[in-house]
Amino acid sequence: MSKGSPISPSLMAAKSAGAPKAPEKVDRPADAVVDNAATPSPVLGPNNVVPPTVMTGSEAIVRSLEELGVDDIFGLPGGAILPTYDPLMASKMNHILVRHEQGAGHAAQGYAMVTGRVGVCIATSGPGATNLVTAIMDAHMDSVPLVAITGQVSASVIGTDAFQEADIVGITMPITKHSFLVTDPNDIPHVMAEAFHLASTGRPGPVLVDIAKNAQQGTMTFSWPPKIDLPGYRPVVRGHNKQVREAARLIAAASKPVLYVGGGVVKAHASAELRELAELTGAPVVTTLMARGAFPDSHPQHVGMPGMHGTVSAVTALQQSDLLITLGARFDDRVTGVLSTFAPHAKIIHADIDPAEISKNRVADVPIVGSVKEIIPELSEAVRTAFELSGTPDLDGWWAFLNNLRDTYPLGWTEPEDGLSAPQRVIERIGALTGPEGIYVAGVGQHQMWAAQFIKYERPHAWLNSGGAGTMGYAVPAAMGAKVGEPDRVVWAIDGDGCFQMTNQELATCAINKIPIKVAIINNSSLGMVRQWQTLFYDGRYSNTDLNTGHDTVRIPDFVKLADAYGCAAFRCERDEDIDATIQKALEINDRPVVIDFVVSPNSMVWPMVPSGVSNDQIQVARNMTPEWEEED
Amino acid sequence: MSRHTLSVLVEDKPGVLTRVASLFARRAFNINSLAVGPTEVSGISRMTVVVDADGDLIEQVTKQLNKLINVIKIVELTSESSVQRDHILVKVRADAATRLQVTQAADLFRASVVDVSTDSVVIEATGTPEKLAALLSVLEPFGIREIVQSGTLAVGRGSRSMSDRALRSA
Repeated sequence: MSKGSPISPSLMAAKSAGAPKAPEKVDRPADAVVDNAATPSPVLGPNNVVPPTVMTGSEAIVRSLEELGVDDIFGLPGGAILPTYDPLMASKMNHILVRHEQGAGHAAQGYAMVTGRVGVCIATSGPGATNLVTAIMDAHMDSVPLVAITGQVSASVIGTDAFQEADIVGITMPITKHSFLVTDPNDIPHVMAEAFHLASTGRPGPVLVDIAKNAQQGTMTFSWPPKIDLPGYRPVVRGHNKQVREAARLIAAASKPVLYVGGGVVKAHASAELRELAELTGAPVVTTLMARGAFPDSHPQHVGMPGMHGTVSAVTALQQSDLLITLGARFDDRVTGVLSTFAPHAKIIHADIDPAEISKNRVADVPIVGSVKEIIPELSEAVRTAFELSGTPDLDGWWAFLNNLRDTYPLGWTEPEDGLSAPQRVIERIGALTGPEGIYVAGVGQHQMWAAQFIKYERPHAWLNSGGAGTMGYAVPAAMGAKVGEPDRVVWAIDGDGCFQMTNQELATCAINKIPIKVAIINNSSLGMVRQWQTLFYDGRYSNTDLNTGHDTVRIPDFVKLADAYGCAAFRCERDEDIDATIQKALEINDRPVVIDFVVSPNSMVWPMVPSGVSNDQIQVARNMTPEWEEED
Repeated sequence: MSRHTLSVLVEDKPGVLTRVASLFARRAFNINSLAVGPTEVSGISRMTVVVDADGDLIEQVTKQLNKLINVIKIVELTSESSVQRDHILVKVRADAATRLQVTQAADLFRASVVDVSTDSVVIEATGTPEKLAALLSVLEPFGIREIVQSGTLAVGRGSRSMSDRALRSA
């Protein structure tokens, strides 16, 4: 008899919680339901039956995309993908020609984030494909369902350093959920179906399909739906009953619980389920940078965003908690600060669809592998039962403590001393005048943090940003993709002057394709977040952070002229009294993109802040100002 | 750090070895040895990966391996419940004067001489890493010219088959 022990993540999770050893014969929990059991077919789209038809590989790519239900594609052609662009011209699918492949990648991400559907981008081989790398990595870090299709040189010359040859499968291996190299046209339908299945199920992520030119040009027999053959891919969606009951027992026994909500709740479309659980338990809710809007900001149980620039109430709630109910979050270092000092008194319930996230950074007391969409309602049910049994816990003391913090340390800003506008005010006014039905897409840096702090999010899929990757230049193309996905919503790119200069070429795409996004450049004339760190930690030595775009500089480039050249409506706003009127003007223009150059102070800083390398207990509400913790009662 | 032997069933697809190796590299996991080859099931390969990792880390290693789409199943084989063997080829200096001593040493380890020339022999041996180390230390004084060694191969004791069950559940 072999005593080899099968290792499956969910089983290990169950074991590490002290649950009895599962019988040897199962390598996943008996009650686990795999995805293809929950949905009738793992092939996305309507599953039309297409009888065998002879066509070229290129036609098969286009036809597969159509059959998978794709409506919009972002891309840019080149030699190795040229055969596919020919049948694409005849397709009903909407292909948006970008100006740089990175823009196609981020646009597909933005599209996926607002619609929940798979974003699709296409590029040619070599540099076309490598230009997608940043967006693919971004999608990987933030779990965005993305399929990237790249042309590849013909199979006969792969490996010869042919013109525009790059091993894009190899290059992207660490930053994709999976990847395919297709050299036989007959593989196209099932590879495309598998790519979409992988990208959109389990923990979503980017999948690369690299298709050699000979596979595009060759003939094949197309039929639909294809058979998906992924024997190693069995995402667990339903949580383990026993673990869910154990979680409920901990919730019933906790006096300082916190619902620590991450982007997984947004990805799983589980906001309604979350709200039910939150109101049932009465526990405070924190929403991470990726989860802003998963729970309404206006809800009295929302205590803010945790992390490096989180609110005092949210950060302290986690630090003082005796139970973290972690839902689709991953204990990122920007949330935990120094890990060993993070939430030192808390037991951890950790629900995530990716078993590898559980106990990766912080060991979970109760691990639950599965989709939060399935787990949260089951948890609510179990909590109800537990409360009936042992009574509803009294959280009055906990709330008194947190309410006091929330009242004492609300988010706010100080007026700049240089007479320029406060960037926070600009962002706050954009949110207030546009409202919660708008979509807000940020770049990376100070403006991103202010947009996370000062816009009130009331619904999921309204806030997009590059969280894990921190990709400057995300905003304009992602906003473009979001607007394509949700054409009836107002879409703001809230961008920095540094970020904007990285990807603003997509304004041409927006203007020509009538994608009327609104871009607010929060122009502090510098790489603001880096400058803030230089102010705080490098004695104000501003090494290479001055961009000369703002007040009292050469203004290169002049953003208004630049935007005008791109066919956008363009305004500059330099005074507080013009902010509202300028935003209103932008909101009234819907026939072309709008760019506003908001000239703001370079000296404003993002607060609160947990300096890097210290415990979250050292949170500062302003420079060198740490809250007084003694006033606990 | 403790040593763990993982048997990993993978789809026999291009790049699968790279995926596994690059996962170990980027997550800073330590591979001690890795051996890969076909199985009795066509289309399925089996890797034996020997990893140096402590408790929490080996859990992370297997979870991350499981995330690879081409990985079908992972089993950890303990030394008690499995047979684990390395394979080695050693080229040893051996002339007319020493050849007999060298071949006798090989005999003691149930190793075989697979090539002979005027001044050297090639010895082939199979065994646990400890046994092979002992063989090498006996051969050392004669002068070792070359060593080539496989990664560890491991199979569970008893009649059950890892691939059998994996494919039924797949």
